[in-house]
Amino acid sequence: MLEGPVSVFFYLFSSMMIASAIMVVISRIPVHSVLFLILTFLSAAILFLLAGAEFLAMILLLVYVGAVAVLFLFVVMMLDVNISHLKRTALQLQCHWFAFLIGVIVLIEMISVFISSHFCRPSVILFPMPDMALRSNTQALGDFLYTDYVFYFQVSGLILLLAMIGAIVLTLRHRIGPRRQVIARQVARTPETAIEVKKVESNKGI
Amino acid sequence: MKMALMIQLRLLLPEVVVAIGAVCLLLVGLFLKDSYERLVRLAMAILMSALFLLIAFPSHGMVFGDALIIDAFSDFMKILVLGGTVIVLLISINFLRVKKIDRFEFPVLILFATLGMMFMISAGNMLSLYLGIELQSLALYVLAAIDRDDLRATEAGVKYFVLGALSSGLLLYGISLIYGYTGSIGFSEISNIFSRGTLQVGVIFGMVFVLAALAFKISAVPFHMWTPDVYEGAPTPVTAFFATAPKVAAISLITRLVIRVFASERVTIMLPAWQQIVIFIGLGSMIVGAFSGIGQRNIKRLMAYSSISHMGYALVGLSSGTLMGVQSVIIYMLIYMSMTLGLFSLILAMKNPDGYMEKIDDLSGLARTDPFLALIVTLLLFSFASIPFLAGFFAKWYTFGAAVGEGFFPLVLCGMLASVISVFYYLRIVSLIWFNKERCLLLPISSELRFVLIVSGIFVSCYVFFGVWIMPLAEKAARSLF
Repeated sequence: MLEGPVSVFFYLFSSMMIASAIMVVISRIPVHSVLFLILTFLSAAILFLLAGAEFLAMILLLVYVGAVAVLFLFVVMMLDVNISHLKRTALQLQCHWFAFLIGVIVLIEMISVFISSHFCRPSVILFPMPDMALRSNTQALGDFLYTDYVFYFQVSGLILLLAMIGAIVLTLRHRIGPRRQVIARQVARTPETAIEVKKVESNKGI
Repeated sequence: MKMALMIQLRLLLPEVVVAIGAVCLLLVGLFLKDSYERLVRLAMAILMSALFLLIAFPSHGMVFGDALIIDAFSDFMKILVLGGTVIVLLISINFLRVKKIDRFEFPVLILFATLGMMFMISAGNMLSLYLGIELQSLALYVLAAIDRDDLRATEAGVKYFVLGALSSGLLLYGISLIYGYTGSIGFSEISNIFSRGTLQVGVIFGMVFVLAALAFKISAVPFHMWTPDVYEGAPTPVTAFFATAPKVAAISLITRLVIRVFASERVTIMLPAWQQIVIFIGLGSMIVGAFSGIGQRNIKRLMAYSSISHMGYALVGLSSGTLMGVQSVIIYMLIYMSMTLGLFSLILAMKNPDGYMEKIDDLSGLARTDPFLALIVTLLLFSFASIPFLAGFFAKWYTFGAAVGEGFFPLVLCGMLASVISVFYYLRIVSLIWFNKERCLLLPISSELRFVLIVSGIFVSCYVFFGVWIMPLAEKAARSLF
């Protein structure tokens, strides 16, 4: 199906994506892992571009590289996780054998799914309608997002609102200690409330 | 076009009321921070008005393409969810005030969770199913950890969040497999592919993943590990909420998915794949729930294992895949919810001057201090143990009857044995209440808890009379799925 320079770029970037995904898992330094994660996202975005989905590519860059990965980087740098200590405790728990077992099971499952699938001949492959050359997919997404998919759009909005409420509920603390400046109260003060006049007789204290 | 939108919004009116109500409550809450009780009553009023709309003006149809299906089944289950939520809000007021977690976000979060459950119940394709589940679970994660200065509650929240995220991952993976091999996300289109002939392995794997993720939500074995810890750690009213409304929503989602989509699979020799899965998790839940409950000392942990085993019994009814089976699931959830809300009112009433108690031994000698309360609790526990002619007995009667109708005798036999084993831990509480010396005095129980206890006691003991009235409604609801 893929011909010419497109196929070269496809194989280049997909192998780069797989390689960097492997590096995310095996790299010893967390910061390197996150940087490889960013590389994985970038390669995925380029694959989207090759498939003609430029909107998804840009969204992937904006959301995953621009926000999520940078957030990861901040967390990793600020938390100072002691990886060697973590590794030692993980070895003590002997969890890695179990994890390995599960990974093998999932791998066998993927292989069996792959082998048993019937693949369509290239002639039956569905193509987008209308042709992508006539209308950009950003425009097509915009047309659908606010009409046919308005319900999902609204519910996603509710989920995001809920995430915001949840974060505030769990983390916001009103500290009682610090004295804050209340300008209204300062302005409302009059000499009667602010000053107490004492008559001090001579030769006596108060 | 405008008319069509109005008609669709008309069908969706209860959901719209809850959604707008939740957002408005958030706004009102900012200004009424100090009158927490008024806010809870406002939230209850919002839920009641949605309930009223559902009961008084039922209207059926599809909304937004196939995003939501509003039918008799969804109406019945939504009424259950809304009713359960109203009662949970009612019994939560005092506890939250005493524990100083009476924050105005609590009713808002409950409303959002309820909205998510309503979407789950009437989901008509995989996208609205996923969004409904996420809306519900996100609110529940926060609710579990709302007592953020309590170590156990925080732990419960984190545990629930991590495992919930894992189950969401499984769900999405399963949905992507199903989408990849059938080419659509709508329930009716997928069901067409299922009925067309032999399934590809990919579809079967997708189905297994989706059912596994949903089993997480109803805490069915082998995905039950989080339940005892989360139930024990979360504040008691939140646990009461976890044990009732979300379970009803998730069970109705599973029922709709199984009956409308997976059950159209054509098979010749073996049982269809969905039936094998449902029988397996149902059997596992009954047995694990029955055995693990024996050693429990904490009543909230005991309720967790009890809810695991009750989900197993409901799944036995579903495993038949017949009209009678679905009807039995509906009735089972109704009865399970009324018993559970009653028992959680008791747990909320277990309070002495030092604070709230959670040990089963603290109930010793309750009959001497408050005979009336003890009588109702005994009725409820007898019903949990499915002693004949109480509600719990009828619930199991219907589910086992549906399974026997399909010839699943070994399954029903295992279910009965598990039920007999679980009688032990219910009756142990009864014997503690009536035959042991009193350990400590309970504070006088508040009027709303007493009200809920009395209502659920009456419902459980007089189910014979209510059943005549409920059965036709449940049958009508079940029929709308076929």
